[in-house]
Amino acid sequence: MTHAEATPVLELTGIGKEFGAIRALHEVDLKVLPGEVVGLMGDNGAGKSTLVKIIAGNFRPSHGEIRFAGSAVHFNRPVDARAVGIEVVYQDLALADNLTAAANVFLGRELKRKFGPLAVLDHKAMAARALELFGELRSETRPDDLVKQMSGGQRQAVAIARTRLSNARLVMMDEPTAAISVRQVEQVLGLIHRLKEQGVAVMLISHRMPDVFAVCDRVIVMRRGEKRADKPIQQTSPEEVTALITGAKEAA
Amino acid sequence: MVMPLESPISFTNVGRIRWWQRGIFASQTGYVLLALAILLVVMHFASPYFFTEGNMQNVAKNFSFIAIATLGVTFVIITGGIDLSVGSMMCFSAMITSMVMTELSAPGSPAGSLFVHMAADGKTVLANVPGLILLISLLAGLGVALIAGLVNGFCIAVLGLSPFVTTLGMLSIVRGLGYVVSNGRGSFPGGPDADYFYALTSGDVLGVPVPFIYLVVLALVMAVVLHHSAFGRHVFALGGNEKAAELTGIPVVRVKIEVYVICALAAGLQGIIISGWLGSAPANMATSYELNVIAAAVIGGANLAGGIGGPLGAIVGCVLLEVIRNGLVLAQVSSYWQQTLVGVIIILAVLVDRIRSRMV
Repeated sequence: MTHAEATPVLELTGIGKEFGAIRALHEVDLKVLPGEVVGLMGDNGAGKSTLVKIIAGNFRPSHGEIRFAGSAVHFNRPVDARAVGIEVVYQDLALADNLTAAANVFLGRELKRKFGPLAVLDHKAMAARALELFGELRSETRPDDLVKQMSGGQRQAVAIARTRLSNARLVMMDEPTAAISVRQVEQVLGLIHRLKEQGVAVMLISHRMPDVFAVCDRVIVMRRGEKRADKPIQQTSPEEVTALITGAKEAA
Repeated sequence: MVMPLESPISFTNVGRIRWWQRGIFASQTGYVLLALAILLVVMHFASPYFFTEGNMQNVAKNFSFIAIATLGVTFVIITGGIDLSVGSMMCFSAMITSMVMTELSAPGSPAGSLFVHMAADGKTVLANVPGLILLISLLAGLGVALIAGLVNGFCIAVLGLSPFVTTLGMLSIVRGLGYVVSNGRGSFPGGPDADYFYALTSGDVLGVPVPFIYLVVLALVMAVVLHHSAFGRHVFALGGNEKAAELTGIPVVRVKIEVYVICALAAGLQGIIISGWLGSAPANMATSYELNVIAAAVIGGANLAGGIGGPLGAIVGCVLLEVIRNGLVLAQVSSYWQQTLVGVIIILAVLVDRIRSRMV
């Protein structure tokens, strides 16, 4: 492990979450290092989404502590998590189809020019910055095209470009490869590599074993609200992960 | 916008969208505009009276009477909502405006003595400050619209009621209030400022009817707001994908309340202008105008599913409706056919757009 000494971007200790009588998460510890791609796997109801929502600021944990880049953080709303540098690419991508790629990238954080008391949108600057971001992601996406007319891979690029605006240090991607074609899956995995190259930590939440094994450095398996495994990808196999997910194997 | 040459990406697989496949050329507004142009040419040959100055003034005035409200309702439609209360709102604002004007112009009454006095002849009422009564009555008329818009917005954005039901209720509430405050009789603008009122609502400047001037100014403002302000961007985003708008941190509740307020204010202003032309605000004024207004917006290309629409479309829709009405009159066809034809056009306009989007 070359960067074992580096400060983890994200460090969870003893995270637990109860919804009434239901225990959704129990004593989850995990670390994500800068530039590391971590796969988060588990069956439906294993606690993946709850964990993601806690990190993203949608829920507050019932127990435990979240440290981001070394300091303890408390998120009340998703905006708080975004402010420190955590971005989420949602499963349905959260794009407005009727707007252009550039407009979607800058949605809610539009660049403006001031004319006295009036602030007008700076279309040129937004298009130029969006084009730069698409360039970084090696995606053939034109900032002025409508998202409606785009392929699944381009839409992913738009959603990911959005996370690059704020220089996020941790990007969580919820099932980014669930509903797109083989070629587009390649593109998305390429995008994840680009993020990694730039020192961004990525948490990939996915059901698709081949994708996780293609890009992740480490895989974390959740089952029944607990972390059952946390292994470098070289030391495990799809068969073992499947066994851990289904419960055929208790822990590793 | 031109792509810089030093662009780091080469677009080998992704073609450029042609100019005729984007913007207005690929929109329903574009097709309806084309249809309107053809219709104008046909009308020119069909009737020698169509392109006369008097008739053009008449057409301009008549479509301005619904177009300002159509601009307002277009905002709401772009967010994916609907406002059915515009017709009632027109009536109520107009009524409050002329009632306040009449009330403040009554010498001797407690409020009136502040604003008016009797002339030496004991009959003529004079204003203490010219124009002040008019200003206060207009503010009162728009004020009630503002309140109704806020209530609509609050129920829809905060309480989460459906826009259709909320504004259907508001349609009835506001119409009912109009009957209550006027005892069913309606009201008339009166007092020393009434002449200013008529000049501002039904006069003309160099032969151009003033409602038309208001319309053009408001449409330009709307175009700038929709396409060059963050608020406009958020209005479109809300109609395109409300959940995405929420997740990206757009103040969804505030934007929604704002569009319903804008719509109510536009309807209020429209009602005041109509009452100036009618010379009164009867209690049944503008009944079922909401249907004309929504029809005009939809014909002009606003999509009831949200996310698409604009001021040009709103105006084109209104002009088309008015030209058809006017044409039927000039052609001496019974004006009862108008409604039937409007219905056909609504369906045709939406159908053409559907066929086009299937072909692309």
